[in-house]
Amino acid sequence: MSSLRLTAASLVLACSSMAPLFAAEGPTLVIRNHHFEPEEVMAPAGQKFKLIVRNEDATPEEFESKTLKREKVVKGHGEIVMNLGPLEAGTYDFVGEFHESTAKGRLVVR
Amino acid sequence: MWGIAVIVFREVLEAALIITIVMAASRGAQHRGRWVFGGVLLGLLGSLVLALIADRLAQAVEGVGQELFNAWVLLVAVGMLTWHSVWMQQHGREMARDMNQLGREVLEGQRPLHGLSVVVGLAVLREGSELILFLYGLVSAEEGGLMALFGGGGLGLLLGALVGLVLYFGLAKIPLRYFFSVTGLLILFLTAGLAAQAAAFLVEADWLPALGQGVWDTSEWLPEKSLIGQILHALVGYVDHPDGIEVLFYIGTLLLTHLMMRMVAHSSRPNPGHKGA
Repeated sequence: MSSLRLTAASLVLACSSMAPLFAAEGPTLVIRNHHFEPEEVMAPAGQKFKLIVRNEDATPEEFESKTLKREKVVKGHGEIVMNLGPLEAGTYDFVGEFHESTAKGRLVVR
Repeated sequence: MWGIAVIVFREVLEAALIITIVMAASRGAQHRGRWVFGGVLLGLLGSLVLALIADRLAQAVEGVGQELFNAWVLLVAVGMLTWHSVWMQQHGREMARDMNQLGREVLEGQRPLHGLSVVVGLAVLREGSELILFLYGLVSAEEGGLMALFGGGGLGLLLGALVGLVLYFGLAKIPLRYFFSVTGLLILFLTAGLAAQAAAFLVEADWLPALGQGVWDTSEWLPEKSLIGQILHALVGYVDHPDGIEVLFYIGTLLLTHLMMRMVAHSSRPNPGHKGA
């Protein structure tokens, strides 16, 4: 949506005094051998951002986080984007539901 | 195998409960089995197609195609259920009163069972495509072998169906006098729950504001992912830490449907074709 981009652009303008600037793209998670890489990603508090999950395994995975209220399937060799935030500072755990014993990670918001 | 069964069970449960409620609510209706079965079949076919185009759908509309699709599917189901509730309010009493077999059949023929069929189909569609992707992934990766796949998949499916059956026969124990009041209420809360889910997807797509995250948080007491939590989520839309907009959609749907039902109840009372009660 262009309105979103506009919002992102105005945010960038508004925060231009603060460096480094937060890109509109946001953090990226890669799934490899049923593990998230990295297992910890950072995001800014109080603003919207996108979380990208790229699956490099051949098997599908379901990104799931109770605290983030998200559940989304990533096909094998697929990629998804999630619109998140604005979030309060804190740690938000997530798992890959299809391989819950290995695929674990957390999003640190501050 | 057990892990596969649990995942399949989770995906199947919501659809199984919706099918159960629809079956109960349409008790005594002609050809309801055919409508429900047709809905399931169409839902499965749709799931296959959806699984095939999952990638393209996920990447559509700047990555929120899946969320928007889910939201619209849910809203269509909400519309169909509301229609059915209002129709039943308008004609349910006449139907129960009308001893004339022919009159009953004519009324039954007009009952929007196809609406319920669509609701069933859409419920299967939403969970089915995820399930197909999951199972297909297992087959292609040969994780744990085919035995685990069929054993786990079959077990999960069976458990989901079992919960539906238990609910169905539990409902069937309700005396007939209250039966349709209960199923009517169940449909009403189901509708509200689906509307709230639609709102959640629209928030995920960034089309609606969340209006406050976590209006309450009962995830310690009754996690949504627990068995009871999941059953309540499917039946009455229980969410352990809802956004403000979910609560708003939930209450709004209840109020709006209630209002429409009251309106038709008033307008259908002075029906000249009928003897008084």
